[in-house]
Amino acid sequence: MLHAPSRRELLLASGTLFAWAYLPKLALAEGRDPRFLAVILRGALDGLATVAPVGDPDWVALRGDEALTFDGKVPALKLNDFFALNPAMPNLQRMFQANEAIILHACATPYRERSHFDGQDLLESGLPKPAPSETGWLNRMLAGLTPGGRVDPQGSNKGSRVFAVGPVTPLVARGPAPVLSWSPQRIQPASDDTVQRLLDLYRHSDAKLASVLEDNSKLTAIEQSGDMGIGQKARGPGPAQVRAYFSDAAGNAARFLAQPDGPRVGALALDGWDTHVNEGIATGRLSQLLGALDDALAAVKTNMGSAWKDTVVALATEFGRTARINGTDGTDHGTATVALLVGGALKGGRIIADWPGLKSTDLYENRDLKPTTDLRAVLKGVLKDHLRADARLLAQNVFPGSADVKPMAGLVS
Amino acid sequence: MTARGEEAAALALHRFGFGPADDQIRAIAGDPRGALLADLDRAFAGALATDLPSSGEAARVVSDFQAERKAEQKLALRVQKVGAADSQSQANTQPMSDLPKATVADAAPVPGKPPLPQQIIQSEAKARLDAVTSGVHVNPANGPDLGFVERLVWFWSNHFCVSADKISAMAGAYEREAIRPHVLGRFADLLLAVESHPAMVFYLDNVESMGADSIAGINRDKGLNENLARETLELHTLGVRSGYTQADITSLANVLTGWTWINPDQPDRGGEFIFNKRFHEPGAQNVLGKTYSDTGMDQGRAVLADLARHPATAQHIAQKLAVHFVADEPPPMLVAKLAKSFKDSDGNLTEVARALVTVDESWTPQRQKLKTPAEWIAGVIRLTGAQDTIPIGSIMNAQAALGEPLWRPPAPNGWPDSEAAWIDGVPRRIGIANQFAGRVRVADPLALLESGLGPLASADTRNTVARAETRNQAVALLVMSPEFLRR
Repeated sequence: MLHAPSRRELLLASGTLFAWAYLPKLALAEGRDPRFLAVILRGALDGLATVAPVGDPDWVALRGDEALTFDGKVPALKLNDFFALNPAMPNLQRMFQANEAIILHACATPYRERSHFDGQDLLESGLPKPAPSETGWLNRMLAGLTPGGRVDPQGSNKGSRVFAVGPVTPLVARGPAPVLSWSPQRIQPASDDTVQRLLDLYRHSDAKLASVLEDNSKLTAIEQSGDMGIGQKARGPGPAQVRAYFSDAAGNAARFLAQPDGPRVGALALDGWDTHVNEGIATGRLSQLLGALDDALAAVKTNMGSAWKDTVVALATEFGRTARINGTDGTDHGTATVALLVGGALKGGRIIADWPGLKSTDLYENRDLKPTTDLRAVLKGVLKDHLRADARLLAQNVFPGSADVKPMAGLVS
Repeated sequence: MTARGEEAAALALHRFGFGPADDQIRAIAGDPRGALLADLDRAFAGALATDLPSSGEAARVVSDFQAERKAEQKLALRVQKVGAADSQSQANTQPMSDLPKATVADAAPVPGKPPLPQQIIQSEAKARLDAVTSGVHVNPANGPDLGFVERLVWFWSNHFCVSADKISAMAGAYEREAIRPHVLGRFADLLLAVESHPAMVFYLDNVESMGADSIAGINRDKGLNENLARETLELHTLGVRSGYTQADITSLANVLTGWTWINPDQPDRGGEFIFNKRFHEPGAQNVLGKTYSDTGMDQGRAVLADLARHPATAQHIAQKLAVHFVADEPPPMLVAKLAKSFKDSDGNLTEVARALVTVDESWTPQRQKLKTPAEWIAGVIRLTGAQDTIPIGSIMNAQAALGEPLWRPPAPNGWPDSEAAWIDGVPRRIGIANQFAGRVRVADPLALLESGLGPLASADTRNTVARAETRNQAVALLVMSPEFLRR
């Protein structure tokens, strides 16, 4: 059940949605009332498993049995003749067909190493190189926007400062601009992936702990398969919990942004995309995660209500994954991937990709999809045309050193 | 073996403290044993600087609170009844059975603030956690507080446990009043403070125990309750099957008659311990072969003093300390050395604590103890510095979810102290680790790994943390690593 969060919940929050308490003045002057939501997908989303280049002649050879195709066991969803969507994402396909989604492919931040922590920092800080940063691009963008009046009529954050709630504001939203914060009451469950990593660790170093965790996982598996012969509550987080969490977080964020007196700009983070082992592209782990994300997108659209037509949601991850499947039916850290834009304010129904090809010589360092689109160009294009952020501000403060990366034009209708 | 270097330092911090905070591993690497010994010499070691209410005050305000709530409910019921009678006379539609529900709702506490008894226990819990995390009694000149004394407090608090399920108002005050002042003092004083604390006499049912031939016993046709006497012998001092008989229990129960409290509903000294002479069984009593003449409360003091220096008590305490700090099956030589220290020092607990950290048997590199949920949570909070970002209510809930709710052991023998008791709950800790990790800001998980484990971290654990998907996951994996779960 979604519900409009109360003030008290806001104050108790540990911070998943961060929202600006003002209206963007310049956009308002044009008679628009834009909404923007940034969704950070931490863990490195496999772009080729999300949006598959089925029309590329080297595609099936590259990924073998794991390659999504139109005639696979679980057929991929058609976007156009060249690209197909993961079958777990029918809502996104509908948005795409309704011109409410843009897919950017072979897209990457300027980061070219493969460390999650550095990559996430760079994605959220907006800096051109890994460096310690206490502020994120979204917040710095807000700090530079001309405020067009408060949207928080209760106005209890008098000094227009950040609500002093949980300390874990995502980096992208940290900084000088005043933000509200809220997090869903449900906490993100520890993922199966975390359990698997611990199991691997215990197997190497502590047989007793390994055995306990294995037994527990078996129990959980039995419970999840519906055989409730064992009178014990599920302990591991099932796909249903992840699904519920994603929808809860994103759907409630939308509820906030949709309110006439609600904030207009928000950010949240959804984790869990690091699929090294048994990736489960068409059925399995990634499929479940993408399904959860797809539900979350649907929840955003539903809860935005009439504000959906003024909405852009940007989804981005720190980097992609290896083009080829690794030795454990997964993929390792890579480079280029997809970025997704959804929302009624988009000039959608398009896939924007300067396709680099999939031959060995086409791949970045002979292993990753080669980046041909700078994610910053995409984000700058949205921020400029949707929120009317100043181009110089974008080049200097929001994404420092990005003067050469021109804002992508024509994303917003 | 001389304990030196960072490995011994990390071992010391986990085994005898709650694990490291900041750069403590490096800070004490020159002399880990010396650092532990210095913990014992710290001024006000074991004390909490708080303005929390005494056990008597707490009992009285909770008693007042409950009485007021009851009156409010009764009043509301009265109003409802009048209203119901009116409406019944008019329309006769309101069933009486609806009434209690409505009145309970009316009497609900102010939203946003937990009821008073819960507020008290949360404040107590927070003060206790602060002692683990920040060390309110830190004197910078003495170097870092390793948490050794606080671990001793936890040990003795569990050894002499009461349960907040039975006596919630006092659970925290009990620990501050009966346990903390004596953890580095004499065992005899600790024992007397415990058995004469209102929380203990109530918890173990001594408040209504009367000698059959006492004035009150005769007048009320009431008699003994053996519970406190039995647990004093079985759990607190000699240990089970150490030679005492049922006759000894009965005699000790007679000795302890009159050790009671003033009912908390009394506004003046309610909730405080008293010796009530009218409850006390007259005459001499024979306990463990020794006759104690009837000197009122002094009769009990004399028996407890002898129990405190009984060889079986030394053995029992030595065994429990060794099990708690070193191994579920500790080396017999360790137990023997601790027992000898206990006996030679006449139960001087500072001496026993010194012995514990100076004998080589305590420093086995195998880390065989699984931290209990409470120890583990305290260690996570201490390492990540999350004491001010994770509300105490969440921490208490986590502890309860892992099966060790604060001050609520299921029985007077306290929480179990073995791997077997807690290992099946380890998978549940993953969820808590994930939840806590999501609420702390950690710039560099690998630096945190260095602080938390130093040389104890295996290559596998380092790789696992380094390869985590997010910082949050890295922190969760770190605190769930075998090296962090064990001590």
